[in-house]
Amino acid sequence: MNLDYLFRHPERVLDLTGEHLILSALAMFFAVLLAIPLGAAAARWRRLTLPILGLLGAIYTVPSLAFLAFMIPTLGIGRTPALIALAAYAQIFLVRNLVAGLRGVDAATLEAARGQGMTGWQVFRDVRWPLALPVAIAGVRTAFVSTIGLASVAAWINAGGLGTLLFEGITRDDPSRILTGAVAITALALLADALLRLAERNTAIARARRAA
Amino acid sequence: MTPGGLPALPPRRIAEAPAPGGSDETDGRCSIETESRGGASAIAFEHVSKVFSGAARPAVDDVSLTVAPGEFVVLLGPSGCGKTTLLKLVNRLYEPTSGRIAIDGRPIADQPAPQLRRRIGYVIQQAGLFPHYRVWENVATVPRLLGWDKRRIATRVDDLLELVGLPPAEYRMRYPMQLSGGEQQRVGLARALAADPTMVLMDEPFGALDAITRTRLQDEVRRIHRQLRQTTLFVTHDIEEAVRLADRIVVMRTGRVVQYDTPLAIVLDPADAFVADLVGADDVLRRLSLIPAATAMRPLGPGGPRPDTPTVTMRSDLRADLSQLLADDVPALTVVDDDGRPVGTLDLAAIQAVSTPNAELADDVAAGTARPTR
Repeated sequence: MNLDYLFRHPERVLDLTGEHLILSALAMFFAVLLAIPLGAAAARWRRLTLPILGLLGAIYTVPSLAFLAFMIPTLGIGRTPALIALAAYAQIFLVRNLVAGLRGVDAATLEAARGQGMTGWQVFRDVRWPLALPVAIAGVRTAFVSTIGLASVAAWINAGGLGTLLFEGITRDDPSRILTGAVAITALALLADALLRLAERNTAIARARRAA
Repeated sequence: MTPGGLPALPPRRIAEAPAPGGSDETDGRCSIETESRGGASAIAFEHVSKVFSGAARPAVDDVSLTVAPGEFVVLLGPSGCGKTTLLKLVNRLYEPTSGRIAIDGRPIADQPAPQLRRRIGYVIQQAGLFPHYRVWENVATVPRLLGWDKRRIATRVDDLLELVGLPPAEYRMRYPMQLSGGEQQRVGLARALAADPTMVLMDEPFGALDAITRTRLQDEVRRIHRQLRQTTLFVTHDIEEAVRLADRIVVMRTGRVVQYDTPLAIVLDPADAFVADLVGADDVLRRLSLIPAATAMRPLGPGGPRPDTPTVTMRSDLRADLSQLLADDVPALTVVDDDGRPVGTLDLAAIQAVSTPNAELADDVAAGTARPTR
């Protein structure tokens, strides 16, 4: 077991890493876009909370290969079904944290905001959202790391990325490819984790807590 | 004039509901401009009730009362009496089930709630500061909502921090979490006053503070009110706090107003057993602690003050005066005004005369023959 493959084909590894990153990042982008309204709704209307979180939790339990296979008859193979699957899996992390963050804001703070004359939208934009942000970003961080791992499977439906090396390694009995792919995926995940931790630390409320 | 420079306000019982249309006199055709005019607002509650869905009885039950411009009115009562609900009806955090509230003659229901609230300062118990904003940003909340320019906001923030006793250079850039409870509440007060509101609502603002800090902040609030004269509604369950701050006190019980009068009149002549119990009227020492020397003192004799008698101020409470009388073992004390001039004399008989509930004395006070202070 060694990293020979990495040293022999650095350009290909780099290309696949780029593909992997773009696939994961795009999936996260769409996932966050969907999770914000879902999370806001689930946080606001208690009747929606359990159904939404329950559904997203159920989606997460579907085996990834099965999920991709289900989509082949309608969406075929390639990048689109992979993005859909990855965005769907990420929802539970994103929405759960967003709900926790938005709900966790102190009621007195919100009442003070309304009492000073902020409109409903201003209360959300200037108080509730920034105070929920660290918890929400923590959700993005967990989801992103998970998505980067999960994206390897997308190679199975020709969506590219570092999973390609893993499948090649298995079919050609080439452990060096498997190790190279695994190392690159881990590196990406660690990088994403570090970047988002930095973002968490740079929210206004995190800066205020550090100052205290 | 009372020593604090406040115009003496006639005590008014709730039975004397405002004459129909009475509050409309202040309804200037241009009342919209109160926003920039500063000054103080009049407020009128007319048969206001609030029933929360699912509640067995109204939280606020047919309340009618008026508050004069610049008046400091304390809403007093045990928890669940409806005082906080009544307060939150004023800035429309709650909407009344029936009845009408008007500020300067203008029904508040006709005004968009956010715009209304920007003209009404609001202070709540735990200060409710925005933890992710620095002190200056917290104070700047309403001016920013009103779209003031940056320079005007910066000047205003510093002025307000000065006003509430927080040196701007030291406090401007801090976060709420870096402040003590008392400092946070000072910032809360500055935030409420930022856009020159004509009215301030305070909901048990000092309830969570220790006794020393609370007393200090009460003094600050009184000083600031004398200076700025905003109409103020202040909720508390603490009778001492009410007496210390109020021009008039609204005593509430199960959603109704039981008595609306000056602190002194309430202490001297409680409307019923509930109010008597609330102010501790049966406890002579407690009662004396709520009455200022000015109420009980006798006029100076023709010979002027007796020499060598200890002096107390008109504002000192009778409990303290009694202690001094006993400790110094003298027949009488000389009462002096704020400038130290002798104005009266206080002996045991004079103190005894006010030590039990006494409607005649209360009437004398109301008529101005006995002089209340606050």
